[in-house]
Amino acid sequence: MINKVVKNAQEAVSDIQSGSVLMLGGFGLCGIPENCIHAILELGIENLTCISNNAGVDDFGIGLMLQKKQVKKMVSSYVGENAEFERQLLSGELEVELLPQGTLAERIRAGGAGIPAFFTPAGYGTEVAEGKEVREFDGKMYLMEKWLRADFAIVKAWKGDTAGNLIYKGTARNFNPMMAAAGKITIAEVEELLPAGELGPNEIHTPGVYVQRIFEGVGYEKRIEKRTVTSKN
Amino acid sequence: MALDKIGIAKRIAQEIKDGMYINLGIGIPTLVANYIPDKLEVVLQSENGLLGIGRFPFEEDVEADLINAGKQTVSMLPGSSLFNSAESFGMIRGGHIDLTILGAMEVSENGDIANWKIPGKMVKGMGGAMDLVAAAKNIIVAMQHKSKSGKSKLLPSCTLPLTGTKCVRKIVTDMAVLNVLDSGGFQLIERAPGVSVEEIKEATAGKLIVEGDIPEMNI
Repeated sequence: MINKVVKNAQEAVSDIQSGSVLMLGGFGLCGIPENCIHAILELGIENLTCISNNAGVDDFGIGLMLQKKQVKKMVSSYVGENAEFERQLLSGELEVELLPQGTLAERIRAGGAGIPAFFTPAGYGTEVAEGKEVREFDGKMYLMEKWLRADFAIVKAWKGDTAGNLIYKGTARNFNPMMAAAGKITIAEVEELLPAGELGPNEIHTPGVYVQRIFEGVGYEKRIEKRTVTSKN
Repeated sequence: MALDKIGIAKRIAQEIKDGMYINLGIGIPTLVANYIPDKLEVVLQSENGLLGIGRFPFEEDVEADLINAGKQTVSMLPGSSLFNSAESFGMIRGGHIDLTILGAMEVSENGDIANWKIPGKMVKGMGGAMDLVAAAKNIIVAMQHKSKSGKSKLLPSCTLPLTGTKCVRKIVTDMAVLNVLDSGGFQLIERAPGVSVEEIKEATAGKLIVEGDIPEMNI
């Protein structure tokens, strides 16, 4: 069996080159690969294309990569809560492809599943449709959208094992499972890394076949964007 | 007197029926959850991968790995389920969500909606809104009747980049409840308490259809 376990984030990302296409899991700051993002910041590579639902916030997540001007292009669905992003976008420094969230998710899923294109109703009649093939099925109009694949998919899971199997927690699952399948090389960072056999096969969300490198991350901050609570009084 | 945001949310809550699966957008739509009658059992979907959103958690139960699509910390109700984003939008596009409630910057008299971009000024992205409006069986828009600068948001055609076409079925504003007719036009159904038909006419730039006496909302 090939050893998938690497020591840490630095080792996991060490061969990512400038100009690479990356997928980064997460929704907002929930379920983002914090350790790998920090390692990419240290690596100092640039001209990256990042496929990720959001672009972090100014001082956390992908926002940090934007501050260091490592990102050439973002492919996302929602990029609010990030002033530096908006500044780079409006000044033309950063190229951005905004997609309906479901289209983004399905394009990534298609990439991992060997489906080069599909038709979706989302975005028909809007500027998202510009330049895309439109076709009618049963009286309704649909856009053709193509698969997305990446040189490196970087995902975050709750638990993983040495065979690369992954289990996510709560809504931190989001884009991570589809991205895991759509990377030529998939790097998984997990909060707890266990020997193969310790995770129940019935509980696995991402089968190990998709994961090439795995490590146990350290020092998770898990920053909360909007802490909303119910008072007991 | 025109309604406040809570009034709009309360009126929209009257549209909810027992057993519905519902997606609530950010802003006024989120408030609707607070006014769903206790006797109704509905399931709220969050497009980041949760069916069965509960109330905000108690302080000691806050969990960074459990948020709604507005990035707020939430709890789960008994019977909840978790899933990935592709599955989430599969259930949206597949027509499994009964009702979508979302905000808008503009709605046109043929049901087009614009709510994601102001060219040159604001680019936040469409998030899940385009998928939701392309597929939900029933779409209700919650918004102010006029913009902050006093311009009507109910127009003959949208001026901002569209989110979706011919999809809005009903609009609840601070002034009125209106149906969007398949044949085009805003059909006035109810007035906010104390708001006259004349005032609504004046605030509606698109084609307004008024038939018979228009009752006041009951909230």
